[in-house]
Amino acid sequence: MTDQQPAIRLTGLTKEFGAVTAVDHVDLEIAAGEFFSMLGPSGSGKTTVLRLIAGFEQPTAGIIELFGQDVTKRAPFDRDVNTVFQDYALFPHMSVLDNVAYGLRVRGLGRRERNERAMRALASVRLEQMAARKPSQLSGGQRQRIALARATVVQPKVLLLDEPLGALDLKLREQMQVELKEIQRDLGITFIFVTHDQEEALTLSDRIAVFNDGRIEQLGTPAELYERPTSRFVADFVGTSNLFDAERSRDLLGREGHHSVRPEKMTVTRDGLAGEGVVNVPGTVVEAIYLGSGVRLVVDLDDGTRVTVLEQNDRDRIHDDERGDRVVVSWHADDVVHLGTEVLPGISG
Amino acid sequence: MRLSRLSRTTLGVVTGLILFLVYVPLLVVLVNSFSTSTSLTWPPPGFTLEWWGRAFQSAGAMEAVATSVQIAVVATIISLLLGTLISIALQRFSFFGRDAISLLIILPIALPGIITGIALNNFFRTIMGVPLSIWTVVIAHATFCIVTVFNNVIARLRRQGTNLEEASADLGAGVWTTFRLVTFPQLRSALLAGGLLAFALSFDEIIVTTFTAGSGVTTLPIFILNNMFRPNQAPVVSVIAVVLVVVSIIPIYIAQRLSGSEQQRR
Repeated sequence: MTDQQPAIRLTGLTKEFGAVTAVDHVDLEIAAGEFFSMLGPSGSGKTTVLRLIAGFEQPTAGIIELFGQDVTKRAPFDRDVNTVFQDYALFPHMSVLDNVAYGLRVRGLGRRERNERAMRALASVRLEQMAARKPSQLSGGQRQRIALARATVVQPKVLLLDEPLGALDLKLREQMQVELKEIQRDLGITFIFVTHDQEEALTLSDRIAVFNDGRIEQLGTPAELYERPTSRFVADFVGTSNLFDAERSRDLLGREGHHSVRPEKMTVTRDGLAGEGVVNVPGTVVEAIYLGSGVRLVVDLDDGTRVTVLEQNDRDRIHDDERGDRVVVSWHADDVVHLGTEVLPGISG
Repeated sequence: MRLSRLSRTTLGVVTGLILFLVYVPLLVVLVNSFSTSTSLTWPPPGFTLEWWGRAFQSAGAMEAVATSVQIAVVATIISLLLGTLISIALQRFSFFGRDAISLLIILPIALPGIITGIALNNFFRTIMGVPLSIWTVVIAHATFCIVTVFNNVIARLRRQGTNLEEASADLGAGVWTTFRLVTFPQLRSALLAGGLLAFALSFDEIIVTTFTAGSGVTTLPIFILNNMFRPNQAPVVSVIAVVLVVVSIIPIYIAQRLSGSEQQRR
């Protein structure tokens, strides 16, 4: 991987829309064959980066390289990347087969060959029997798979996916996540996946870039991002975190700077836990929510900090905590994540 | 929305009255075309098919129809070409003065015909030194026929957004291929609707035509006006009027059906 050209290299990529800087000096390398996600809230610049890579927008500054080749100035039809659009953007006046065959048609392939290849692509998403239909006659999940077939039939080097599962319901989404991962493995091409759903990003990706305000806030594997967020923003956006600001950190943990502890790393007992490095803090249960696989407890610590604790439904535990009960919240010092000392504006916690 | 019985009845009566006022005179024309009275007295003393036969044998009337069709067809073609191009320019590109141009395109349909007529008449004859002919009428009609095409096409482009065009470019299609395979098919019904309206607009235009037609160029509306008050010609004019109504209704009906079915599909 190290001696190979990266599939995508962005250098100082910047995009301004009038006075708004949507993308602010982004540097990024994405390896060939990687499933890479760009995660962030809406307006964080992740979709703009995708559109810059596709060529729908021209950057204000910076360079986009595709396998070592500078494609910054090239038109979308002159780049070896293809996009699966958020709303699928299937051509409504064409049949499903013609939609899938479109990329081959504009490359000048004969009708027979392109239809054959399009049928094979349709078969790979198990929709051969829909070939003659119009896109309007398909369900959301089917359209999504057609869009995928249409983008992959031309064998791009990089596939860009713009919130492709956003419009699907939960069940279908989970099913499509598995399928996406399989397709990516089969084709062996680079996937760049834009999403605002942190769970989706964690499940699918080899690496994730968390975007905030046009910049990459943190870049890493799902485990790195989840276990070791380096900023309050990431700790808060990826999964749920109990955040302790500088003052609370000093009082509760005896440390300088901001810190966070994941809800599942905390335990609630009546009398606290013994052991080295264990922090015990008394508090009062505010809410106990039964989740099936576990229980979510909201506890007000005695100094006023509100924390969320996620307890697994283990056989040896009886969850009988109720609102108003006095409890002790415990966690291990090793599970406390340091988030830096600077005060970040605009993030409450 | 629910209305009280009284307001429903009132609104129904008012609507009926207005439609009555608009369409009964047209029915009168239809009846008159079969009347045996040459001065269109009411009620008709008797009925005959004589005028219908005479109208279709009248060389003047047939020639006027041919002239009108010719002008309307050419003006429509010009409108379709220029209207589509300007819509794409204004909707898909941003440039200095875009809003001003948009206003200038729509303005001719709002201008009083007599102003357009006088202005073009002056422009053609004294400034350009071009003698009035059938082509000056075509150009004059095209100035306001463009608007119907423009309005239809730009509305469609706006609603369509650029997603499909981006998808096409993404899949490797150049600008022209994208237009041919994606943009144009999406515009087809808007072009048909706009074109039909343009045709209808040109076909029964009289004011601008009067000012821009060369001698000897007689469109159907001008023919009607010239013959309306001539003795013995009134019933023939009624026949032509009925034909005109029918010819106008068909394109409008088709245009409306087209835009209606588009909306339902969404």
